[in-house]
Amino acid sequence: MEVTKDISSAREKSSWSRRLREQFAQVPLLGWLFGLLVAVVMEYLVGYPLARVLGLASVPALFGFEIIFRIPTLIPSTLLYILLVYVLPTGLVAWLGSSLANKLAARLLRYPLLISVVIHLGLLYAVLHLWGSFNDYRMIVLKLTLIAIMLTLSLNVVNGYMGEFSCSHPGFMALGAYAASVFTVLAFVHDDVFGLPLLPPALGPFMFPIALILGGLVAALGAVLVAIPSFRTRGDYLAIISLAFTFIVKSFIENLEVVGGPRGFMNQPPWANLPTVFVWTVLCVAVIHNFVRSTLGKALCAVRDDETAAEAMTVNTRRTKMVAFLFAAFWAGVAGGLFAHVMRYVNPGTFGVLKLSEVLAMVYLGGLNSVVGSIIGAVSLQLLMEALRPLEILKWIAIAVLLILIMIFRPTGLVAFTEMDVKSLLKPKWKAVEEVQHAVTAD
Amino acid sequence: MTFFLQNLVNALQWGSFYALIALGYSMVYGILMLFNFAHGDIFMAGAYIGFFISSGLVALSASGVLPMPNWLILALTILFTMIATSFLGMLVERVAYRPLREAPRASAAVTGLMVGIILETGNLALLGARRRNFPALVETTTYQIGGVSVTNTKIMIVAVSVLLMLALHLFIRRTKWGMAMRAMAYDYVVVPLMGVPLNTIALLTFAIGSALAAAAGILFGVAYPVLEPYMGLLVGWKAFVAAILGGRGSVPGAALAGFLLGFVEIFVAAVFPSTLRDLIAYSIILVILTFRPHGFFGEPYSAHLRL
Repeated sequence: MEVTKDISSAREKSSWSRRLREQFAQVPLLGWLFGLLVAVVMEYLVGYPLARVLGLASVPALFGFEIIFRIPTLIPSTLLYILLVYVLPTGLVAWLGSSLANKLAARLLRYPLLISVVIHLGLLYAVLHLWGSFNDYRMIVLKLTLIAIMLTLSLNVVNGYMGEFSCSHPGFMALGAYAASVFTVLAFVHDDVFGLPLLPPALGPFMFPIALILGGLVAALGAVLVAIPSFRTRGDYLAIISLAFTFIVKSFIENLEVVGGPRGFMNQPPWANLPTVFVWTVLCVAVIHNFVRSTLGKALCAVRDDETAAEAMTVNTRRTKMVAFLFAAFWAGVAGGLFAHVMRYVNPGTFGVLKLSEVLAMVYLGGLNSVVGSIIGAVSLQLLMEALRPLEILKWIAIAVLLILIMIFRPTGLVAFTEMDVKSLLKPKWKAVEEVQHAVTAD
Repeated sequence: MTFFLQNLVNALQWGSFYALIALGYSMVYGILMLFNFAHGDIFMAGAYIGFFISSGLVALSASGVLPMPNWLILALTILFTMIATSFLGMLVERVAYRPLREAPRASAAVTGLMVGIILETGNLALLGARRRNFPALVETTTYQIGGVSVTNTKIMIVAVSVLLMLALHLFIRRTKWGMAMRAMAYDYVVVPLMGVPLNTIALLTFAIGSALAAAAGILFGVAYPVLEPYMGLLVGWKAFVAAILGGRGSVPGAALAGFLLGFVEIFVAAVFPSTLRDLIAYSIILVILTFRPHGFFGEPYSAHLRL
């Protein structure tokens, strides 16, 4: 009783912004997810009427960026909409429900960690699903963002943890995309090129994971081509070898008439729905998160810091490099397969230098050697690219200037060399309260 | 034999573009130990600047204010464009590379890539997607020498690029500034302590590299008079490959590898279907680098770079 009194007196002393920060510091991840869920449910229920009342033609597709850039007079109502639909409900629920959410989070942590993780992910999926099913545009942005996370993470394994400058990711992605597409189209689709489906199409959705794994394996096979020269050289020469690899793959596909050559390849079945992409992304994050913390991941960091010393400490550098390359290429291939089935059309021109700049920018924006950093980098850059789409051609100038500024003022990226600690992410945030109490008693 | 000689002539021309651009990559690498990924787009910018300067000079000459013969216009275009583009190169160094001197090298690579994107899209936004035609300054005459047809533009292109390379060689070997550049390439930590200003040398390197790229851009415009904003992507990245193939930081290596890449591409296109050109050329490079991982003139794991 006395403690709460002290806290309230401490509150009176501090400014309201600090008080707000203290309040929200106590909200656990679970609370935020509940808040977001309420927000998207609210948008689902009252989004259209509210938008109509505020004078907007429709519900803002991507947080109102497209409206802000096109019709500046609607900025106030767009901001009001964002405030009413997203910010206020999320904030209120997170604030009011923080003690309940903390209790729940603490209760969940008594069971194995996996249960807590699954419940959090389920909530996250519900939020994304409700938000994304509003219209097709949101859905495709969501799927592409998830795929970008996979790509960025797998590139971070090579460029961050292994410390190379690999430019081969568009190549791996292209191999995965084409291998998975050819498999699904050959087996399950009535197509002009490959004729009747070989297997009953009803089996298709169940075989889709196999198609993706096949795509990943083909990409990994291609990675052998890059990995073998990497035994003898490092740094800039490897950058060229991997760049040459990307060009070779692109040129190879362009010359492959069976899959349409430079015209591209289409008719992929629409199996890459949100649950599939979400599950694969979660799988990718989980596997890479564990990989980089495993013995092999540590060996990888050792090879990066000093190859000779690592060798002397009984690290099998060749095997480590090989495994890392194949592993990264596998996930890039899976991401490519998903990409092909989300777009339902691929052409070799997609997997060129521009894609490379995009993925590299995501990795270095987020920060090397960090799973969280890669997720943040991929999500923020992908959303930024979509948000600035109304600027049309100037979009790329804006993004490039922004990235240059970030590189100048934060050369290591937003979150570099930070490990993702799942437990501390999910745990209840009582600590903030304790800190306040501590500060009060210290006074 | 005629077939071989004919392709050799074509390859010499094609290789001069690569060699001139590769020199810029290699020089910057020698000084700063990083690749200027915007270099291909500086080549593009040089071609565009050359287009505007030569169009201006042609208009000036045609209006009768200052009548000039075509060869003079071309010479003046090359001169002015090289000067203008060298300022662009210095600007790029100042904006994208100097603030990141202490940062990880990969961050500088990202800023370089982004500057390249800014140059491409900036060009697209300012001038539109319409392709520009480089004014025809040289009337093409074809000579037949023993069954091999050689045009005067080809001779001019090869001659100008070889002259520029010789000038660069003399500059690096014989002048005080060249000596400073070589010293900086040898050790860019200690040499600044001896009173050689790193930033000035870096600016100079960017200026010279960009001027060479601009010359390549104009020569390219003379040979293939269609300019488009993305022309730097393909040629630039291939020249980058040539710079590595020659051995990083090695000026003669870059020139040699540029010509070699030109030969490989032209001969592949002459023997096989031309769509296979990139595939085979890059495969050859992959094989060369697998067996000679440090290029022709590069030294393994060494700070002692040749300039």
